[in-house]
Amino acid sequence: MKKITFPHMADMYVPVRAFFQELGFETVVPPAISKKTLDLGVKYSPEFACLPFKINLGNFIEALERGAEIIVMGGGCGPCRFGYYAEVQEAILRELGYSFEMFVIEPGLFSNYKRIRNVFGNIPFHRLLPAARMAWKKAAAIDEIYRLVLKMRACEKKPGQVNKIYDAFIGEIDNTVSVDKIRLIKKEYEEKIKDSKAEYKRGIEIRIAIVGEIYLVLEPFVNLEIERRLGELGVVVERELYITNWLLDFLNLSGERKLMERAAGKYLANFVGGHGQDSIGHAVIYAEKAFDGVIQLAPFTCMPEIISRSILPVVSREEGIPVLSLFFDEHSADTGIQTRLEAFVDLLERRKILQEGSFCESR
Amino acid sequence: MKADNDYYLGIDVGSVSTDLALLDSFGNLVDKVYLRTRGKPISILKEGLKILEDKWPGIKINGVGTTGSGRYLAAVVAGADVVKNEITAHAVAASRVNSDVKTVLEIGGQDSKIIIIRDGIAVDFAMNSVCAAGTGSFLDQQAARLEIPIEEFGKYALMAERPVRIAGRCSVFAESDMIHKQQTGHDLPEIIAGLCEAMVRNYLSNVAKGKEIKPPVLFQGGVAANIGIKMAFEKELKCPVYIPEHHDVMGAIGAGLLVREFILKKKGKTKFKGFAVASLDFATRAFECEGCPNHCEIVNIFQADELIARWGYKCTKWDMLNDNTG
Repeated sequence: MKKITFPHMADMYVPVRAFFQELGFETVVPPAISKKTLDLGVKYSPEFACLPFKINLGNFIEALERGAEIIVMGGGCGPCRFGYYAEVQEAILRELGYSFEMFVIEPGLFSNYKRIRNVFGNIPFHRLLPAARMAWKKAAAIDEIYRLVLKMRACEKKPGQVNKIYDAFIGEIDNTVSVDKIRLIKKEYEEKIKDSKAEYKRGIEIRIAIVGEIYLVLEPFVNLEIERRLGELGVVVERELYITNWLLDFLNLSGERKLMERAAGKYLANFVGGHGQDSIGHAVIYAEKAFDGVIQLAPFTCMPEIISRSILPVVSREEGIPVLSLFFDEHSADTGIQTRLEAFVDLLERRKILQEGSFCESR
Repeated sequence: MKADNDYYLGIDVGSVSTDLALLDSFGNLVDKVYLRTRGKPISILKEGLKILEDKWPGIKINGVGTTGSGRYLAAVVAGADVVKNEITAHAVAASRVNSDVKTVLEIGGQDSKIIIIRDGIAVDFAMNSVCAAGTGSFLDQQAARLEIPIEEFGKYALMAERPVRIAGRCSVFAESDMIHKQQTGHDLPEIIAGLCEAMVRNYLSNVAKGKEIKPPVLFQGGVAANIGIKMAFEKELKCPVYIPEHHDVMGAIGAGLLVREFILKKKGKTKFKGFAVASLDFATRAFECEGCPNHCEIVNIFQADELIARWGYKCTKWDMLNDNTG
């Protein structure tokens, strides 16, 4: 049986590995994304490809070196270049001399039945549902706990405490092979995180919503751990983009899209690829929910997010919510990001104190 | 009212200059020190403290605030109560100088920023992200190349009758274009005036893009000393551009004002280690961690032989335990 690998995106490897394991396949999870992954990806990628492309390619090289034989990669046919990534990556890897098979998940998965058989051989279909269920439960538990992490970092008792609890949680969820235990593990860690609650680090609740391109929003390595930095600065973070939400949306099972499109309508009425329209729509929704600020994250050269970036200043003005846009590539440096985040959070804090009328510092 | 002996110290450690601002108990500037960082932030900071100590023997510092790209380093060396990013510090200092200010243009050694202020608080800002064309370092280079003291550089621009157009998009191309214009026989003042205009165009179309620039406009940072740039801004913005008296140390003033605000609110005791810092030995030792493929470059900061700070790591392996020295 051939060994399967796939690209990293935050903790997505946990449910994906569980899925293939339940079906009886062996997986090679690429090593955690590191500077080496980035260096490999940058070295062999076209310079103007976006950062996700480069990291994916680095993941594949590191996994192939560890014996992976099948690469599973996403596809698509939208205006975003992502739809072509798998093909280009395959060509690059073949030129480098690797032998492997590539399976691209295209929309309309079931029409590709024959292709699935050619790559994976006979899949035991009676095990498909339990495997999907296991993967889904793990993904949902991770998303639910991480949602809590994004809130509680802002008010943890000891600095870094919530991160440590979360790391331990991921380890346990990854190790469990029983669907029933997932719920128990989730409950246990939910309590642990809630127990770490103290006062807000800044003495005041500041809420920032994150919008943007899915890979940059989800993957901490490429966004230079922006959510952790915000948590350290005492900011509550929320976002709509999660693996499970994205999957529901992809399968047309989410009601969120309609709300988003309605909210975006005034500013951007069309789908522009990727999550470009979502960035606008969600910025509006978070403004309505009285969030203090919005941060947009995207890779440098990302077409859909460039469109939303040029519209966001209008949204900011009309909806009365400060917006900070950050674009990343392999040259992005932590210090520049840290300075901008600190300044943005200061700005939101002073604005909020003034609005609430509790600003009584005399000059 | 407090005794006149109470002071606050603001420190701005930037890429090009290290500035200190000494404020009295009301937040007024009483003295300032402007030194070139020259890539030696710790020893220059010590030098700055020594200068202040010699001029103001026996004064009591109630609080220390640091800012600038070297703010964390300065904070552990001097012992700081407030560590603030340079955008907030500049905004606070600008509002103090002119409480009506609506726009702050700031051009420093290696970065340039714009801060939009409404009703006394910053509501928007932007910093140069991909390019340093049009910052102080580039002007420094060009002044050196043309053998004009940097202090005189702007005055040349004023002598120009008709500025030539210089390509200002990129500092390397700007330099080639200047050389080209010299070779085609243009006067130096016209070229320098052209460069000032190109830098302002570049700033307005990159850093300040999409920002609502309303008067009063304040121009601060080291480059504000360049009268040529000021004139070019006024020409483009069609409004007067004011340069605060202490434009070169506004970041340090802001850090001082912020620490004053903090100490008054908290009524705490300062973490300042005293002017004796100037005679202490500090050392930095860097090494590459081989623990994972990230190969983090970890820096240890020592005071005498004691480890006082460490940074540069991604994981928790190098977290400093039992650290109460702050």
